[in-house]
Amino acid sequence: MTIAENQPVLLEIKELHKEYDGATVLDGIDLTVHKGEVVVVLGPSGCGKSTLLRCLNGLENVQGGSIHLAGQNLTDKTVDWKPVRQQVGMVFQNYDLFSHMTVLENVLLGPVKVQRRAKKEALEQAEQLLKRVGLYDRKDAYPRQLSGGQKQRIAIVRALCMNPQIMLFDEVTAALDPEMVREVLDVILGLAAQGMTMIIVTHEMGFAKAVADRIVFIDAGKICEVVTPDEFFTNPKTERAKQFLNIFQY
Amino acid sequence: MEINWAFIVSSAPLYIKAAWLTLKLAALGIAASLVIGLLCSVVLFYRTKGLVNLVQGYIELSRNTPLLIQIFFLYYGLTKVGLTMSENTCAVLGLAFLGGSYMAEAFRGGIEAVSKSQIESGLSIGLSDLQLIRYVILPQAFAVTLPSLGANCIFLLKETSIVGAIAIPELMHVTQDLIGIYYQTFEALLLLVVAYLILLLPLSIGLTWLERKVRYAQFGN
Amino acid sequence: MLNSGISVLVEGINLQRLMLGLAVTVRIALISIILGSLLGVFIGLIRSSKSKVIGFICRFYLEVFRIIPVLVWLFIIYFGVTNLLNIHLDGEVVALIVFSLWGAAEMSDIVRGALESLPKHQMESGLALGLSFWEVYRYILIPQAVRRMLPGAINLSTRMVKTTSLVVMIGVIDVVKVGQQIIERSVLKTPTASFWIYGLIFVLYFIVCYPLSKWSKNLEAKWEN
Repeated sequence: MTIAENQPVLLEIKELHKEYDGATVLDGIDLTVHKGEVVVVLGPSGCGKSTLLRCLNGLENVQGGSIHLAGQNLTDKTVDWKPVRQQVGMVFQNYDLFSHMTVLENVLLGPVKVQRRAKKEALEQAEQLLKRVGLYDRKDAYPRQLSGGQKQRIAIVRALCMNPQIMLFDEVTAALDPEMVREVLDVILGLAAQGMTMIIVTHEMGFAKAVADRIVFIDAGKICEVVTPDEFFTNPKTERAKQFLNIFQY
Repeated sequence: MEINWAFIVSSAPLYIKAAWLTLKLAALGIAASLVIGLLCSVVLFYRTKGLVNLVQGYIELSRNTPLLIQIFFLYYGLTKVGLTMSENTCAVLGLAFLGGSYMAEAFRGGIEAVSKSQIESGLSIGLSDLQLIRYVILPQAFAVTLPSLGANCIFLLKETSIVGAIAIPELMHVTQDLIGIYYQTFEALLLLVVAYLILLLPLSIGLTWLERKVRYAQFGN
Repeated sequence: MLNSGISVLVEGINLQRLMLGLAVTVRIALISIILGSLLGVFIGLIRSSKSKVIGFICRFYLEVFRIIPVLVWLFIIYFGVTNLLNIHLDGEVVALIVFSLWGAAEMSDIVRGALESLPKHQMESGLALGLSFWEVYRYILIPQAVRRMLPGAINLSTRMVKTTSLVVMIGVIDVVKVGQQIIERSVLKTPTASFWIYGLIFVLYFIVCYPLSKWSKNLEAKWEN
């Protein structure tokens, strides 16, 4: 993976500070993400990784610092999240497809009702994406008829159909049976190869090594290391990172 | 014991008319309660300042007092202090006042049944609050709410039996008259029971069927 | 005009009579609740028995009392049964019979729901720990069943208290009837009496029922998990 530093800056996070119930969850996070870059966020449970992602699409509010997406200040109190969320695609751990809609209806809801695009054009894109992930034949199925891996791939398609500038993945394989993890990660790898800007929170170390342009290691709400995958896995600089990596060695 | 069939046949039209009236009053009362219930549950969901306490107070008042007293207060009480209302209006208002809180409770249960993650999922693709309600919350809440709403409808239809107390010529009142005037107690009661069974059984069975259909579409079982 | 009316509440022995009427209401409600609960628990328990016939009879009993409005039942027993059997039953007795039977029907359903919601393997787990069949019931199943039943039972009691207002329609001198009598007597002197009397009765019912519903809600919240 090449580092896309000659590309413009898409996302700029400065001194992000978030508290929850009096406890500090994010303690001065600084992060710059360029267009086309894939950033993988690693860290122990409870370190604030998911919260960081949720701040980026307005599901959590911040108490200090700034977030700039393509120049727009998202920490402004007056920001309207509706258009912002169309630019930020989010895929959750529990896929959360709308259980009362078919696959196709799930995917088309955003483009047609929120972005008010022509149904024909949105349908074309949806079908193309569904074919890409190999689930076109399930387009009329209901979520309850699908496996976890299938649901997660649909969730990714649903987010992609909004044509976001950046995609956020929050531990998307954590709730899947091992056999299904690969099919989802392959989709994400494909997106990376196409140049989608992504921030991925994951525990899959092999995947992180393969897909990341940069590894961001967070512990207790602070960024400890920002390095290339090679550097992180072979030669971690901080004690905390070494301890963390040890967990995965037997 | 002799059953006076001639009397039953001759009184039947009277009962049919009374049954219609019962149905009409119940329908109006149900419609009004649905509106009140929906408004209340929206207020409770958005926690609009000031209104929330009003709604909660209304719900407690409505659920902890009997319909008979609510109607007596409306018809005999409020009319003495200036308000004039027909008996039918009182009946519908009473049913709406009582029913509104039951419907609100049903809607609240449905809204709470929609999981937070489904809502966040909707927000993440940029749905506005109104769109969220329309495309995610209401359809999912509906499957959970429907049984309660249906049960409330049957409940309100049964409660309509009380409005005879303010001289509305519905089923109970007609029965009282027939017993008092003609002493045909058994026949009058028989007609009464049959009338209510005809009104309520189809509703009850239809509701169970509808519940089953909606639950299948939503949950597949 | 409004102000002059409120005096009817404290005139003479009006308040006393209203309280006596309230006592009748409460008495009917209390006895019906107790009888209804006992009968209801019994029916609820035998409903889940192996015999299909018993199950059917219980179910039939429940549905019959549910689908026919309580007021209709009051009429059926008060006018119908007395007519058929040529006996005269006091309105209060009729009320007790009808409310107990209705309460029992509803209670049996609450009991059945509570029993069915118990996790299935509790008996096995209890036996595996070395408890006897009856000990499992006493220490594990019954406490849990009671918890699941109690909010519904209190709710039912509240509904029964509210329904006692109907006994005025079969001639029982309860708080509503007393109120009506006071209003009739005051019609010339205090035209707005009905507003105050019914208003007071409204408040009285609220004072009795509200604590019950609050209690039920608290129990539900406490035992949520």
